[in-house]
Amino acid sequence: MRIGVVTFPGSLDDRDAQRAARIAGAEPVALWHGDHDLQGVDAIVLPGGFSYGDYLRCGAIAARSPIMREVVEAANSGMPVLGICNGFQVLVEAHLLPGGLIRNDHGDFVCRDQGLRVENADTAWTNGFEQGQQITVPLKNGEGGFIADAETLARLEGEGLVAFRYTGLNPNGSLNDIAGLTNERGNVAGLMPHPEHAVEPGFGPDTDVAMRSGIDGLTFFTSVLRHALSRA
Amino acid sequence: MPTIVVEVMPKAELLDPAGKAVAGALRREGGHPFSDVRIGKRFELTVDGAVTDAVLAQAQKLADEMLSNSVIEDVVKVTVLEGAVA
Repeated sequence: MRIGVVTFPGSLDDRDAQRAARIAGAEPVALWHGDHDLQGVDAIVLPGGFSYGDYLRCGAIAARSPIMREVVEAANSGMPVLGICNGFQVLVEAHLLPGGLIRNDHGDFVCRDQGLRVENADTAWTNGFEQGQQITVPLKNGEGGFIADAETLARLEGEGLVAFRYTGLNPNGSLNDIAGLTNERGNVAGLMPHPEHAVEPGFGPDTDVAMRSGIDGLTFFTSVLRHALSRA
Repeated sequence: MPTIVVEVMPKAELLDPAGKAVAGALRREGGHPFSDVRIGKRFELTVDGAVTDAVLAQAQKLADEMLSNSVIEDVVKVTVLEGAVA
């Protein structure tokens, strides 16, 4: 399976996402924002970072970059697409997921290991989790506060489109503790925390077992492999 | 060349941390009647050619769809800059 990772000007975690795909057993493919070529990949990751310096709004300019036309088409035809942090903001600005992300309610950048609850284990990117499973992955953002109008929020909750919720202290003021979303079809997912930073023992969050041994993020990438195999 | 001005403000109910910081500084300053500050964005669009109703409508569309995000912001003004020499 080939997982494409799009690099925008200002992407930071594209290499980490490629590495996560490799560790999970997929072939990572570097995709370039200025191209109109998905190079025949089977899934796409929009990585974290600060595309275009967060100018205009986080993710707003990247959402209008050339390759996004193909990404939106692919997403609408069922290809798995995962947006992480800035990638989530790009998905929202590209209208592949609803709502908006605003500055953290306390005004500070947050960087810490974050507990999450998997609220929808039936998506292309979460099928390896148990419904309701608690996981820990790093979180690092300044504008991660999820908002949506009351009607949208009710729809997200009612249709099970909240994919991840923060556990413990809400780190950024997100409504309903929402950390990530999926679409109706379950092929598109986006979240503010960073699963690609929790894929290899020695470099992940601390666990009860050992320092930096947390690899909960790997399941995102093995899930999409399983998703692809189940449809092959 | 004519210029169209687009002004975008964060929605009233949303946090405006930059405005809040300036308001805090104003409070410390004292000696004035200004109780709050909100900070928005102003875009100046340079127009090739005359500003027709169609061009203004295009600017409004751009303001609604790209220069602002209706989830978090409101477009409060789309006007031709007065005094600009065509």
